[in-house]
Amino acid sequence: MGRHIVRRLAAMIPVLFMISVLTFVVIQLPPGDFVDSYVKQQRAAQVKISPQEEASLRARYGVDEPLPTQYFRWMGGILHGDLGYSLALDQPVNEIVKSRLPYTVTIGVLSTLLLYAIAIPIGILSATRQYSKADYFFSVFGFLAMGVPDFILAVLFLWGFYKLTGDITVGLMDPQYVSEPFSLAKGANIISHLWFPALIAASTGTAATIRLLRANLLDELGKPYVTVALAKGVPRRRVIYKYPARMSMNPFIVSAAGLLAALVSGEVILSITLGLPTLAPIFLQSLKNQDSELAGSIVLILSALTVIGILLSDILLAVVDPRIRGSV
Amino acid sequence: MTQATTLAQDAEQGTSTAAKLEIDVASPSQIFRWKFMRHRLAVVSLIFLAAMYVMATFAEFVAPYNPYAIESSLVLAPPQPVHFIDSSGAFQARPFVYALKKSIDVNTGRITYYEDVTKPLPLGLFVQGDPYEFLGFIPWDVHLFGTQSGEVYSPLGKDQLGRDLFSRIVFGGRISLTLGFIGVFVGFFSGLILGGIAGLRGGWFDFILIRITEVLTSIPTLPIWLALAVALPQDWTVLQTYLAVTIILALFGVVSGASRTVRGKFMSLKEEGYVQAAVLDGAGTGRIIRRYLFPNFFSYQIADLTLAIPGMILAETALSFLGLGLQPPAISWGVLLQDCRAVRVLDTAPWLFIPAVFVVVVILAFNFIGDGLRDAADPYSRV
Repeated sequence: MGRHIVRRLAAMIPVLFMISVLTFVVIQLPPGDFVDSYVKQQRAAQVKISPQEEASLRARYGVDEPLPTQYFRWMGGILHGDLGYSLALDQPVNEIVKSRLPYTVTIGVLSTLLLYAIAIPIGILSATRQYSKADYFFSVFGFLAMGVPDFILAVLFLWGFYKLTGDITVGLMDPQYVSEPFSLAKGANIISHLWFPALIAASTGTAATIRLLRANLLDELGKPYVTVALAKGVPRRRVIYKYPARMSMNPFIVSAAGLLAALVSGEVILSITLGLPTLAPIFLQSLKNQDSELAGSIVLILSALTVIGILLSDILLAVVDPRIRGSV
Repeated sequence: MTQATTLAQDAEQGTSTAAKLEIDVASPSQIFRWKFMRHRLAVVSLIFLAAMYVMATFAEFVAPYNPYAIESSLVLAPPQPVHFIDSSGAFQARPFVYALKKSIDVNTGRITYYEDVTKPLPLGLFVQGDPYEFLGFIPWDVHLFGTQSGEVYSPLGKDQLGRDLFSRIVFGGRISLTLGFIGVFVGFFSGLILGGIAGLRGGWFDFILIRITEVLTSIPTLPIWLALAVALPQDWTVLQTYLAVTIILALFGVVSGASRTVRGKFMSLKEEGYVQAAVLDGAGTGRIIRRYLFPNFFSYQIADLTLAIPGMILAETALSFLGLGLQPPAISWGVLLQDCRAVRVLDTAPWLFIPAVFVVVVILAFNFIGDGLRDAADPYSRV
């Protein structure tokens, strides 16, 4: 088991390396660079920028250096815990991340917890009582949750919020907590503001998980060993929880990677729509500005979070399924 | 009396024996069809989606107006309800709508529309309207429905420029409904091949594929889509952007997901006793896949496929909603939903939210069909 985890940890390093290369290249894909878009913005705002000034900006920001040089400069910094510098915001990336990452993580963790807490019991219930009233109810509910995209839910949420308060931005906490240092009360207040957005971010994943779990468990319940166990008089509840439920978790945990990524995607679009001060809105901005170190760092952080999630799910898979534990 | 009952019982037994016989000799595809037909919601969804695709194909005919035609006097006009009872309380066999009149509040400049009950406009089918080219080459001017007098009738209201929302939704279906299909087919079959090879052969191919898909699945797709969408050249035509968006969405969503799940299923299935037995019996790889592996995860694959199509539709909608991907003048449901980003506009003109209803219903229909297919493909379920 220990060896398994070490191996998985080692395998993570090349994955993260490939992600960092891929994101850096993708961000540099559009023609032009940050100085181009900066100069364009300034000219649009009637600020005169001479060619000399532009050249000195280019030299200072190093945007004309070859791509590998820029990449290794950024990567070298990351290895020392420095995520680089945001040219557009004129601020170290570390500062920006430090002020926004906690909210991203809070929403992510909250939605994951909500997802598991809702999906697993309902999935098992729906499969074991197939075609019962509860099954139909949760199927309809799940289908609705899967059919309504999270950004549409977010728009509806914002609309309702506007109707109720006349405000068009959803705050993270009550005003009196904004300037206060962190305390339990402040944390509780933030969670009380964020649980509903977190639920929206988790809605699609929850519905998909219920469906998958139900389908897998139904496949498993039809197998002969279940019939044999029941025929031998093993209590139904014990039969279900001892084997089929665990078996049906197998493909479910494999796809947990996708679920986590979907949660992060859901969080991104939700935060942009609701204007929450997480990493997402600033990420969209940095892409448009070609602020590559900021955008690259954010993709890297979001991906690293997901990879860690996948690792956890792999370990979980080995715990649940002894056959996999033996083969690795 | 008794005789009648026995007769009825006999008849009943006769049919059930006949039905049983029929099942015994039916081919797997026949059984598949029967099982699917029993899932009523799936059948209804299938008919609905077929209608939607027909609507998108004949958009010029179904839509009452050109989707770009601007009626500047009717900016943000609300949907006009259809009436059967006229102002004198008499029932009219031919449905009609009232013409819209507007009043402008002098202080706020706010426009309110109301129905002009003195001006009923009878509706008709196959009425003459804007000229267009049917199927792209037959000049025609007949539309599915409209007012007989040719006056403006907007079933779902007008947008911020005074364009007919229903017409725009119909045309938007062309992009939104096809993109998912194309992307999923391309993506899924590549995923099937890659995942199949990796699952069966294992070894270095499996290792590399898994590392790559791990990279692709562990990058939350939306940020990468956003990054790639920003990279799309602004001067591309609608068609070029459409194809590029389809490929981007399929590549990062479907291929890696499908190959991962197919691989997992193959790996666990090949350990099953009956597959081992077939291998020991000397069956070739092709036969093992077709005969023993494929039928076994068919249900799983179907569930996956139908989950993927709405996923693609959602992705396109979300991307366009954020103002990336497809841009106006392209019309897709996501592009139409861009208008909903301004909450105050949405509050004054809630009908701008109607495209979302279309998105949701289409996604639900795909999900129901997927569910029906899954049940039909399940070898353990009874007919």
